Amino acid sequence: MTNATTNIKPLFGDWLVIIASLITIVFLFQQLWTNAPASQLQIRQGNKVMGTYDLNQSRDLHIHGALGQSHISVAQGKVRFKQSPCTNQYCVHQGWLSRAGQVAICLPNQISLQLIGEDKPYDSLNY
Amino acid sequence: MTRSTININTTKEDHHIAKLTAIAIGLHVIEAMFPSPLPGIKPGIANIITLYVLMQYGFGTAAWVSLLRVFASSLLLGHFLSPTFILSLSGALLSLVMLFFAQHLPTKHFSVITLSILAAFAHIAGQLIIVRIWLIPHAGVAYLVPIFALAALFFGVINGLITQRLISSPLKN
Repeated sequence: MTNATTNIKPLFGDWLVIIASLITIVFLFQQLWTNAPASQLQIRQGNKVMGTYDLNQSRDLHIHGALGQSHISVAQGKVRFKQSPCTNQYCVHQGWLSRAGQVAICLPNQISLQLIGEDKPYDSLNY
Repeated sequence: MTRSTININTTKEDHHIAKLTAIAIGLHVIEAMFPSPLPGIKPGIANIITLYVLMQYGFGTAAWVSLLRVFASSLLLGHFLSPTFILSLSGALLSLVMLFFAQHLPTKHFSVITLSILAAFAHIAGQLIIVRIWLIPHAGVAYLVPIFALAALFFGVINGLITQRLISSPLKN
């Protein structure tokens, strides 16, 4: 009990955990709060990539999934599930996606859309 | 007064668990009365008891105290089997899983503060998983992850420090 107040300091490992957590949180903010517009769309069926498409076009895609055909519509920088054979329709209700890193997944039909940003994100910076 | 016909044999350990759970329930209910600036962000002061019990009595007792606290508090607050209860339970369960593994970290370098932080992260992870798959099945939930993680780190450190302090001057049983 003599050193009751001295041993409540964080130890070496505790500091490591705190610093690692802070770095992870900063990374999470950067990854999840990015507002960069997307330029490309990647469509996956199951675990294989069905194709990568340019977002700056107007085009309708029909992809075969586990249940049937999903209707995906690309419209000048944004994309959505327009029609899906799944019962819950979460993918359709998710609406338009336009920012890099956004994902729409239709689990029943095993189709996912992922938006990919520019490779050179500095293009939009100016001083 | 009629004499009770129900006779339950209790061990000393049961009394320990009951006493500590009572403190945890008290803290849980007190915390539930305070408004939160952001729904879902709470200090989780009842977890101080879970951590304290883990350090003083071992994992088994901590698991009992934590889960009994979740069930009993939800009955008291009227949340039993509601989404609030499920969130509370999933958070507590994942925290316990995390603590089960984290308790083996070398104590020379890792104090209860580390356990507290890891448990807090596991707690929000458990809750966000339930939120994502059941309550708000939308990818937008991901936007909340950094905020909850930051809150978990902040309160994890504070709860860890309080637990550390409690351990260095233990409660009298």
